[in-house]
Amino acid sequence: MVLQYQIPGNDFSSAGEASSNFKTVLKKLGLPSQTIRRVAIAMYEAEINTVIHGGGGECKAEVNGDRIRITFCDHGPGIQDVNLAMQAGYSTASEKIRELGFGAGMGLPNIQKYADDLQIDTEIGKGTTLVLTVNL
Amino acid sequence: MKLSELIKRLDLKLLTKSDFEDREITGGYCGDLLSWVMGKAKPGNVWITIMSNVNIVAVASLTDAACILLSENMNLEREIIEKADEQDVVILRSSKPSYILAAEVFQAVEK
Repeated sequence: MVLQYQIPGNDFSSAGEASSNFKTVLKKLGLPSQTIRRVAIAMYEAEINTVIHGGGGECKAEVNGDRIRITFCDHGPGIQDVNLAMQAGYSTASEKIRELGFGAGMGLPNIQKYADDLQIDTEIGKGTTLVLTVNL
Repeated sequence: MKLSELIKRLDLKLLTKSDFEDREITGGYCGDLLSWVMGKAKPGNVWITIMSNVNIVAVASLTDAACILLSENMNLEREIIEKADEQDVVILRSSKPSYILAAEVFQAVEK
C-alpha cells in the first residue's frame, strides 16, 4: 500500500495532517499501537521539518509486508551540517517558529529514536530527501 | 485513575466534547516545546502545558496522550477545540500554574 501527501510549506494550521491521516490508516490495518505510535511520532517530526525548513514538499508512505517506509522530499535550502542537525537541542528555526513551540532541536533526534532506520540525502540549494523505516 | 475521575477531583474545566473516551491515566508530562513532548510523553499521560496553538492537537493525538491540560487559564480559539473534537483529543483547563497542576496530578495518579 502506498499513500502520497503534499506537505504545504510554512502552513502551521495544517501541519501534522499527513501524519494524523496515516496514523488513522495504520489503526484500520490493525497494527500494534506501540508500532503506530512510533511511526506517528517519527513521521510528524519529519513532516514538521518539511513545513518549517523545506518550504513544503512531497511525502510517500509505504506499508510493505515487514516494514513501513516513509519518504519526505523537499526542494528547500538543504541541511548545512547533518551531524550538527542530528544533535539534540541544535536548531536553526527562527524566533517566530520557536514561539509556536517548535525549534527545540529534537526533530531529527526523535526520528532516530523512534524509527529503526533513518537516511538523509541533502544538497545545499537543492533540497533534502529523508527516508525513515519502522520494521513491523 | 480514569480521566473522568481526575476532572472531578482536580475541578478541571472540560473544553472539548463531553462524550470523550474515558481512558486510564498513566501519569503526566509537563512541557511547552512540542518536539520535547513528542519524544518524552508516554501514552495515557496528562500533558500539562501553556502552549495553546493549533499544533498541540496533533502532538496529543500522535503521542496518544490521555488529554491536554492547559494551565494558567490559557485561552483557546474555537477552531482548535473543533479540531480536537474531530481527532478525539480531550482538552482541559485550570487557572492554576503548571507547577501546582503537576503536583496535583501526581498526587491523584501516582499515589
